[in-house]
Amino acid sequence: MSGRITSSLKQLWHKLGSPRWFYEITHNWVRFFGVSALLLLTVGFIWGIAFAPADYQQGNSFRIMYVHVPAAMVGQSLYLGMGVAGFVGLVWRMKLADVAIAATLPLGIGLTALALFSGSVWGRPTWGSWWEWDGRTVSTLVLLFLYLGIYALREAIADSNLRARAAALVSLVGTVNIPVIKYSVDWWNTLHQPASFSLTEKPAMPPEMWLPLLVMALGFYCFAAHNVLSRMRLEVLRREGKTRWVNELFAAPAASQSTER
Amino acid sequence: MKGLLQRELVATLRTRGSVINPLGFLLLSILLFAIADPGVRDEQSKDLSSVFWVLILLTNMLSLDAMFRRDFDSGALEQMLISAHMPFVAILARIFVHWLGSGLLITLFVPLLGLLLGLRPEMFLPIMLVLLVGTPALSLLGSIGAALTVGFSRGGAILALLILPLFLPVLIFGNASVAAVVSGQAYTAPLVWLALCSSVALTLAPWATWAALKISVEMQ
Repeated sequence: MSGRITSSLKQLWHKLGSPRWFYEITHNWVRFFGVSALLLLTVGFIWGIAFAPADYQQGNSFRIMYVHVPAAMVGQSLYLGMGVAGFVGLVWRMKLADVAIAATLPLGIGLTALALFSGSVWGRPTWGSWWEWDGRTVSTLVLLFLYLGIYALREAIADSNLRARAAALVSLVGTVNIPVIKYSVDWWNTLHQPASFSLTEKPAMPPEMWLPLLVMALGFYCFAAHNVLSRMRLEVLRREGKTRWVNELFAAPAASQSTER
Repeated sequence: MKGLLQRELVATLRTRGSVINPLGFLLLSILLFAIADPGVRDEQSKDLSSVFWVLILLTNMLSLDAMFRRDFDSGALEQMLISAHMPFVAILARIFVHWLGSGLLITLFVPLLGLLLGLRPEMFLPIMLVLLVGTPALSLLGSIGAALTVGFSRGGAILALLILPLFLPVLIFGNASVAAVVSGQAYTAPLVWLALCSSVALTLAPWATWAALKISVEMQ
């Protein structure tokens, strides 16, 4: 009984930012998210590309939506997650927060770029131009630059502790600024282009169209979780490389190999 | 507070280059634009307000590096963070003096710039008002980036990458205000938005700058 209490207390202690606990607990999560992402993305992709009905105005080109919308959603969510991690890192000085920021950055940059690219490809047949200075487009581009700024800052600071704090601070400042930027850009857009396109937002999209979108969005989120967690695990191993538990983790299979020979 | 302001003012006045050089940059680049694109000189031109604001943004960014640099190098900044009994106020004083040498100075130069760009004299006062309201946000937001990059030997490009996206709302509302003034429309709405940007920056930016300075001082 007392053993159980101490072990649950121990676990709670580990939960407060122990890299080792994180590494062990996420082992199964990564698998779960990886498998789910694979399933959801396969189903959603085939469903969206092959079986969803063609749009009555846009024809088949609307199918880019199944990549574009989830990429944009996840790209923004990741930034929000980075802001939360920044807050946690600044307030509680938790090591894992910086690991999370470092792991989120590459995927965030990639997905935001993918959202912009797919939007551009989609814009060509529907809007008639590769690039339109639409409010959402511009705020997504700014999001990309915010990501790149943090990335550049992290690259520039050598000391890992200070790098963590600087990146956390900028993530937090950027998160505060995102709504401001977003609304100002929207406002600017309505000022200059009163009647913009609203083809992206159909008032009544039939379920055959939005269900695959939902599946794809879930798939993208699972993929992001899988990707970020895997990167975090790798980063944890890299940073904790000198600790005993990491050495034991890698010593065991190596030792058994050497005895086989 | 008074002593702090006095000290900052004296320090700024003794290094005139940090104030005069960015101003020279602003005048020169407006000259370049006016030569390259005669349309900018036209009072009716829509380009005028945007060129004006983008150049103000860039000028402000150029002057940001000097905000903490000298005190950082001499170690005075560290002393300030340790000893000042309210670093927040000291930082605010520093930002205010930076604004005097950048935002306010540009505001005072509006009549001269206006003459160069062929604006009618009755537009000068509204444009000065717009700048008076909008430029504090630039100094305030910029101080975060200046504080973060002061420890880098070559922080210029990173400073731009970090700060320019944050300047975007100021650019949008400032540009809208000046465009409204130039075209003779009511400019109250964008001006109020601009004031909102400045007040939000005033409440939040000094804290972030403080945190950033602590990081930079440790980096030394």
